[in-house]
Amino acid sequence: MKKKEEFIRGIRDGLPICFGYISVSFAFGIFAVASGLGTLEALFLSMANVTSAGQFAAVPIIAAGGSLLELALMQLVINARYALMSLSLSQRLGADIRMRDRFLIAFVNTDEVFAVAAGQGKAVERRYMHGLILTPFLGWSVGTLLGAAAGDILPGILVSALGVAIYGMFVAIVLPSAKKSKPTALCVLLAIFLSCLFYYIPVLQNIPGGFSIIICAVAASAVMAAVRPVVEIEEVDHA
Amino acid sequence: MHNAHFFLYLAVTAGITYLVRMVPLVLVKRKIRNRFLLSFLHYIPYAVLSVMTVPAIFYATESHWSAAAGLLAALVAAYFERSLLFVAASACGAVFVVEVLLRFLG
Repeated sequence: MKKKEEFIRGIRDGLPICFGYISVSFAFGIFAVASGLGTLEALFLSMANVTSAGQFAAVPIIAAGGSLLELALMQLVINARYALMSLSLSQRLGADIRMRDRFLIAFVNTDEVFAVAAGQGKAVERRYMHGLILTPFLGWSVGTLLGAAAGDILPGILVSALGVAIYGMFVAIVLPSAKKSKPTALCVLLAIFLSCLFYYIPVLQNIPGGFSIIICAVAASAVMAAVRPVVEIEEVDHA
Repeated sequence: MHNAHFFLYLAVTAGITYLVRMVPLVLVKRKIRNRFLLSFLHYIPYAVLSVMTVPAIFYATESHWSAAAGLLAALVAAYFERSLLFVAASACGAVFVVEVLLRFLG
C-alpha cells in the first residue's frame, strides 16, 4: 500500500520532467536526422544515453565518422557533472535502496531527476525513485522518435518555445530553495556570476562547456561550503 | 553509416555516460560525515542548475527578448512556488507570446 503510493508519487513528480524531455528530445531527434543519422539510430542514442548535452555533442562526431577517442573524451568532460550528482545522490538514498537499484537509478540520473530527488529534502525511497525515473525515460525516448520521424512538421516557433521548458524547471527547483536560505541564494548568484565569466570572457570561452560547468559549480559550492557550512544537512532519516 | 560503426559509437557514448553516473552511486555507500564535504554536496545541485541556466537560456530561443520573457515568467511562477510543470509551461508560454509579437512587429 505505502509502496504503491511512493511509486505513484514518483510518477507524478516525474511527469513534468517527462513533458520537458519530450520537447528537448524532440529537438534532438530533428537535429540527429538533419545531421545524417537514421531515425532508429537517434532513438538508440537517446535510450542508451538519456542525457541531452552529451548526445547533442556526439551527433556531429558520429555523423562525420570522427575519432572514437575524441568522442570518449568529450563524453567524459560533458558528463563529468553527473559524477558529482551521483555522489550527492548517494547521500540521499533511503535504506531500502538495494545494490541493483543503484545500478538502475544511475542509468537515468539526469540533471532533472537528480534535482527533483535532491529537492525532496529527505532520503528517497526505492519505489519513489522507480516512479521518478520511469516517465522521464519514456518521454526522452518517445520525444526523440517523434522528432526524428516528423521533425519538420512542427513550426520552428513552437520548437523554440518548448526549448525553454527545461530551464523553467531548473528555475522552479532553485528559486524556492534560494528564497528560503540566504547561503543557497548566495551560492546561486556566485555560480551565475562565474558562469557568465566563462561564457563571455574570450580566454575562458575556449574551455569546453562540460569543463566550465564543473569548474563554476565546484568553485561556487566549495566557497560557500567553506564560508557558510550547512549545520544540519537535511539529516537523511532512515525510517 | 554502416551499422557496425554506429554501434561502436553508441557503445562509447553510452558506456562513458553510464560509468560516470554509476561509479559514485554504487561505490559510495557510507554516510559522509565531513562537514565541508556535506555542505559542498548540499550546494552542488543549486550551483550546477544555475550554471546551466544562465546565460544559456538566453541562447535557447529565436530571440534574446523572448528568452528573457521566458526566464522572467519562470522566476515569477517559481517565486510563488508553483509546480515544476506550471513553471515550465509559463516559461514556454511567455516565449511563444513574445515571439509571435516579434513576428508581427518585425
